[in-house]
Amino acid sequence: MSLNRRQILQGTAAVLATPFIARPAFAGSSIQVASIFDLSGGLEIYGQPIDSCLDLAIDEINQSGGLLGQQIEVAKYDPQSSIQLYTQYSTEAATAKKASVVFGGITSASREAIRPLLSRYRTLYFYPPLYEGGVCDRNTFCTGSTPAQTIGVLLPYAVQNMGKKVYVLAADYNYGTISAKWVREYAGKAGGEVIAEEYFPLDVTDFSATIQKIQAAKPDVIYTLLVGGNHMSFFRQWAAAGMAGQIPIISTSFGGGNEHIVLSPAEADGVHAAFGYFQEVDSPINKAFLDRYHGKFGPDAPYVTEHASATYNAVHHWASAVRKAGSTDRLAVIEALETGIPFDGPGGQSVIDPSTHHCATDVHIGRVKNHSFEIIETFAKQQPSDTAAVCDLIKNPDETRQFEI
Amino acid sequence: MDYLLVTLLQLLTTIGNLALISLGLAVIFGMMRVINLAHGEFIMLGGFAAVFATQAGVNIWIAMLVVAPLAVGLLGFIIERLVIRHLYGRMIDTMLATWGLSLLLIGCATTFFGNRVVGIAAPTGGLRIGDYSIGSYDIVLLGIAIALYAGCAFLLMRTRAGLRARATMQNREMAASLGIDPSRVYAVTFSLGAALSGLAGGLLAPVSGVVPTMGVAYVAKAFITVITGGASPILGSAMSSGLLGIINSTMNILVSPVMGDIALLLAATIFLRLMPTGITGRFFKGKA
Repeated sequence: MSLNRRQILQGTAAVLATPFIARPAFAGSSIQVASIFDLSGGLEIYGQPIDSCLDLAIDEINQSGGLLGQQIEVAKYDPQSSIQLYTQYSTEAATAKKASVVFGGITSASREAIRPLLSRYRTLYFYPPLYEGGVCDRNTFCTGSTPAQTIGVLLPYAVQNMGKKVYVLAADYNYGTISAKWVREYAGKAGGEVIAEEYFPLDVTDFSATIQKIQAAKPDVIYTLLVGGNHMSFFRQWAAAGMAGQIPIISTSFGGGNEHIVLSPAEADGVHAAFGYFQEVDSPINKAFLDRYHGKFGPDAPYVTEHASATYNAVHHWASAVRKAGSTDRLAVIEALETGIPFDGPGGQSVIDPSTHHCATDVHIGRVKNHSFEIIETFAKQQPSDTAAVCDLIKNPDETRQFEI
Repeated sequence: MDYLLVTLLQLLTTIGNLALISLGLAVIFGMMRVINLAHGEFIMLGGFAAVFATQAGVNIWIAMLVVAPLAVGLLGFIIERLVIRHLYGRMIDTMLATWGLSLLLIGCATTFFGNRVVGIAAPTGGLRIGDYSIGSYDIVLLGIAIALYAGCAFLLMRTRAGLRARATMQNREMAASLGIDPSRVYAVTFSLGAALSGLAGGLLAPVSGVVPTMGVAYVAKAFITVITGGASPILGSAMSSGLLGIINSTMNILVSPVMGDIALLLAATIFLRLMPTGITGRFFKGKA
């Protein structure tokens, strides 16, 4: 056996590094997972409840004896709403931490930054937030809802109960523009029509011109896909113009950033939204979930959004696949996930669809009343049919892109 | 008919908003020649001051019109004494210092107030014009903007204090030799500019919501307005607000808010190419 210089150096480095790398691995022999969610910066309001629900799910698994006889240990990274930190941390999670799975990403931009990286490092990846659909990647699982699931139920409801003419306001980036296309598509299917679409940069704060245009166009219903701070500006100015309650407003982004809690009832009451989860979902599973959540984080813990409940589902989906596979090996877990083990989450049953790696999930329509949502209607087992139209991972397992649909 | 009226009001509102966010900068940059890149953060802090004061139970009008300018004016005074006074006449240095200050203020606001939008509801209701309904608060803002400009013009042109301020800004040594204390005049003028920025922030809080990073959206517009205005800061800013506001809101209404912003920046670029000294520099040479 002959050693060259490089091998000797590598060997030495490995020996020297062992105490640092091996310590967490041997301490009670745990399973390493990583989470990368924005806990500060502009996306903090989305990240906080997500992080809490991740903790809750991991605690539950650890307290019930862990996975494969081991405890789960989570390495948490806060990318501070910066894409650059996302790539840096996902590289670290995959290489230095050797995480079995990474849960992470809030915006579509952050997801698209780390998804290829994690594929390359062969590290399993879960993206829980709701988004515009179309990701097709065998290494990636999306547990949040897509437009087919939410817009697909909200528009027929609106056309039936509010009227046919829809006016769309959307944030001017991929989430808003792609979702707006879906609104047009589903409006047509439901027998309605989109009479105007307007896109807004994220820093626009003055909506008075738009409010005037809406009044001139006289739509039956307004669909907002705005995101973040300016979403609230719109509602404030809408109410200040005396328009609150004059034209019904529906949305599949309102509430995701706690808009319904920050705005006053006079400004927000009556807005309809559709999500895979509302805190107000009336089921024993959700009640027990919320008791545990508030027990752990206190009565004033932030409102649990769909982003957060889908993160909770993601952790449990992964855990049951690991149990089924009897290993944390990436391919074995993917294959177990592809058998579609159902998980009864707080929002209803969630089942992973093997051909898209998205979830069939229950979707609820809620109406804002006094800082909370009243659930009006629930639609069971909505399929991610938008993504399914373009993505078939059973036929093309090597696909790794996001389709624009 | 009602559409026309509403559109006209819309136009005036945009002009009023632009005028409001530029006034503080017209004093600090237009008069004092201090490139204050923290102008947007002064606005932001004014917004926070108004929101917190309102939440603490202060009457909303007092919070916006008194608490916000006082708080930011005081902060401006401290900043002038600590930093700016060492840098008069050194443009690049003030630019860097205030840029750093802007980042510092954003960081502090994020740390202490959290990075989320806070806001207060507009204190006045809607107004019905024919088939349309608009926010009457917009009109209140316009009225306040006009009053502020008139007040500032009066202060600078017709009072002794204004005369001293203008004299000091034109020739510091000469003013000093005539018995004016330039250092004091600078401090007071800077604080006044800061207070006006804070007032703008307080007044805009119900319209736009307040978030630590909101200043970024305002600082460029304010600079463009003041520079386009040219040599006479108050009159110039008022006129360029009118000009740019018309362009901005026309495109807003005809096309989209994105085009409105593009048109505003493009128009300012073209104007400055044609009139490098701004509107008042070209047409009001030597006056005001």
